[in-house]
Amino acid sequence: MKAVNQKAWLLILPVVLCVAFSAILPLMTVVNYSVQDIISPERRVFVGTEWFKAVMRDDDLIGALGRQIVFSLAVLAVEIPLGIALALAMPAKGWQSSAVLVLVAISLLIPWNVVGTIWQIYGRTDIGLLGASLAALGIDYNYTGNALDAWLTVLVMDVWHWTPLVALLCYAGLRAIPDAYYQAASIDGASKFAVFRYIQLPKMRGVLMIAVLLRFMDSFMIYTEPFVLTGGGPGNATTFLSQYLTQKAVGQFDLGPAAAFSLIYFLIILLLCFILYNWMQRVGTADKEPGHG
Amino acid sequence: MARIELDLAHAYRANPQRDEDYALLPLKMCFEDGGAYALLGPSGCGKTTLLNIVSGLVTPSQGHVTYDGRDVTGLSPQQRNIAQVFQFPVIYDTMTVAENLAFPLRNRGVPEERIRQRVGQVAEMLDLSGQLGMRAAGLAADAKQKISLGRGLVREDVSAVLFDEPLTVIDPHLKWQLRRKLKQIHHELKLTLIYVTHDQVEALTFAQQVMVMTRGRAVQVGTASELFERPSHTFVGHFIGSPGMNFLQGRGHAGGIEIAGRLLAAPTESLARLPDFTLGVRPEHVQLVAADTAGAIPGVIMQAQDIGTSWLVTARVGSGLNESLLRARLGAEQAIPRVGDTQWLSVVGEHTCYYVNEELIA
Amino acid sequence: MDERRFRKRSLFLVLYLVFAILPVYWMVNMSFKTNEEILSTFSLWPLHFTTDHYRTIFTDVSWYSGYINSLIYVAINVVISLLVALPAAYAFSRYQFIGDKHVFFWLLTNRMTPPAVFLLPFFQLYTTLGLMDTHIAVALAHLLFNVPLAVWILEGFMSGVPREIDETAYIDGYSFPRFFLTIFIPLIKAGVGVAAFFCFMFSWVELLMARTLTSVNAKPIVATMTRTVSASGMDWGVLAAAGVLTIVPGAIVIYFVRNYIAKGFAMGRV
Repeated sequence: MKAVNQKAWLLILPVVLCVAFSAILPLMTVVNYSVQDIISPERRVFVGTEWFKAVMRDDDLIGALGRQIVFSLAVLAVEIPLGIALALAMPAKGWQSSAVLVLVAISLLIPWNVVGTIWQIYGRTDIGLLGASLAALGIDYNYTGNALDAWLTVLVMDVWHWTPLVALLCYAGLRAIPDAYYQAASIDGASKFAVFRYIQLPKMRGVLMIAVLLRFMDSFMIYTEPFVLTGGGPGNATTFLSQYLTQKAVGQFDLGPAAAFSLIYFLIILLLCFILYNWMQRVGTADKEPGHG
Repeated sequence: MARIELDLAHAYRANPQRDEDYALLPLKMCFEDGGAYALLGPSGCGKTTLLNIVSGLVTPSQGHVTYDGRDVTGLSPQQRNIAQVFQFPVIYDTMTVAENLAFPLRNRGVPEERIRQRVGQVAEMLDLSGQLGMRAAGLAADAKQKISLGRGLVREDVSAVLFDEPLTVIDPHLKWQLRRKLKQIHHELKLTLIYVTHDQVEALTFAQQVMVMTRGRAVQVGTASELFERPSHTFVGHFIGSPGMNFLQGRGHAGGIEIAGRLLAAPTESLARLPDFTLGVRPEHVQLVAADTAGAIPGVIMQAQDIGTSWLVTARVGSGLNESLLRARLGAEQAIPRVGDTQWLSVVGEHTCYYVNEELIA
Repeated sequence: MDERRFRKRSLFLVLYLVFAILPVYWMVNMSFKTNEEILSTFSLWPLHFTTDHYRTIFTDVSWYSGYINSLIYVAINVVISLLVALPAAYAFSRYQFIGDKHVFFWLLTNRMTPPAVFLLPFFQLYTTLGLMDTHIAVALAHLLFNVPLAVWILEGFMSGVPREIDETAYIDGYSFPRFFLTIFIPLIKAGVGVAAFFCFMFSWVELLMARTLTSVNAKPIVATMTRTVSASGMDWGVLAAAGVLTIVPGAIVIYFVRNYIAKGFAMGRV
């Protein structure tokens, strides 16, 4: 067991200071703004929870929240299975494994605005391969004008961008499984599906938890890529929460409501992640098993 | 239960030219139905490779494997119906103990009623009955190894059970329990068991016949006493026994043999004619004798260790180029020499073995 | 039977790789075409191959300074992140102390914070400190999400090193710093590699904070590119070339840590 040592605080002090500097100070500022009406730098009026109430009644906000939830769920529904499938398909040894690894990981290392730019170009029917191909097939595709097309493009862009993260995590989890497990399964007469279900999937539990957590958090905060691709349009069809917040804060410079909304945004994510985190911890250490064959 | 015959070799590359290219040099071996065998040797000697060839996880580059006369060389482990226990416990984490044991039977479509019966029987045999409903992942290492073993035993028609250093991760005080359990199972079920290990104690206590291997070669197959008394290769003499056999260089002379610079009577004519040979004698058979006794050489005592039930005495014999160390194991009731004394130690006797190019000749 | 499955998997892999590379290829393709060709014809490879756009970037200071700026603050960030994360991860891995679980979770929550939330406060904070438009400002701002991630990853690796090694070192008379530097860190090399990779990755690609906190002197390449986009008359060719160049450092980094990534993840949080 771990030794009890309060002096360990000295070791974590630098981290706490750094993060506190980057997090607590700004957070306090935000809280500060959220309860004041800043008419001008000199004139501030304490308004209590007024901004919070206003924000909750804001239809645009509810709309953005709804869109965000649908988007995040769709992202998880596609990227997790696809990532697992990709990890299973990636070679384990040899020069091929390095080559495939680099090729798969490239999309992770592209600055997010460049991702948006790539797809912005790619989807255009005049200069983009995807757009032109779809047009050549007779499909009426226009991601700037058509809401559904915009949605699908943003979704596919995110899948293209982030599935490799899920895949790399699962790939690492798979490589950690000793050969003996596969040999024993072969001796036990297990089918390929049984091997996946009883050996590979359980052993990937740890990394899958990380993948789901990360993808959920990040998709809920997504800003740059859809901003560059569609600007939130057409209309506000692809305006998700972060963009909504930025519009309010920077665009309209409504500090009060923006701050209030920021806090609510933060708390939503916190709550959802807390639930997700605990649920997965429970699955990881469960003594009772749901359903088995 | 099956009788397994091997006539094969296994090379790393397509056209093996020298001994180093082989993982397993050509060998022939027969594992009788119901026998308990051990493959004993240091790391890298090829014993695990051989085991995997027997089980079907590896296909030999040349030769074949037969089960009861049937050529199974191309068949998978599943098709050969063998069971294998690995170095660390391999269990299905998400299943209970009972489900783990039932798994191989379910995959073969055995009726539920029969499965329940078999699982109960095997659990009984392995003292796992009380834990059938528990999740396998939460148990200790020795219980998990028993589950691994159980999955092999649960199939009624299993042809052989193969063990690859199965006690590696088990706590020392539990090892002997498991060993006893394995012997018990062998006695009850009369299965063909093949056990790979680098620990001679495990091998010699478990198996009826031990195959000693080194660097891809099977150097000797025999019972524990055969390996101890008449090692057919210097490696066996060195590896078996604690400490291993003493080896002294010898030369044939007219009328006798020269050991460690001393001329002794030759035990056989042929030895006296050999330009070079190695004399092997176990510390257990080296005794302190009076000066100038036939077949004895003088030595200076370097060390005398009390190792409990006996004393281990190390002496320096010969001089110059001939200098070697000779170890003798003396009973506690004998007079123990002092360090620095010169004593005479008998080396030529009925238990002494002679080797040329590492092979036993007399 | 295995053959068939192998081929299905290979097919799937190939299809995915095509899906993954095609958009990037398209951008590379565009970067070597002249602007006229881009807007007029449609071809899978440049009909009139040109390196003009790359030349523009390498010679125009407003472009290449962007890359240099990005590299500077990313490097600073990675170094600081690792420096503070290593002792902290060690503490979480080896000791229990008051509030340890809570602090760990609090660190993680910072990774969950939408950067948009901190936009304005950061802006005001760094203006007050007089750090606006400096590399250090962006480096410090990125600590918010990189430090927790580094601690998380490193703690996972450190927990994989048996405590006996620490104890043996103390018995052998090593002081803590010496033990940490000469024994412990080499053992978790893979973890340091993975943590450094992720810190590099998330800092290199981040746009919002980098753009907000800089204007001229420390303007990163990501901001320069967005400027191009919002300007009228898009210079597609230069934009594409700039995009291609932003991928280069990333590709180099991942090539160097490729062995660590697979091995590293495996030994870490699994």
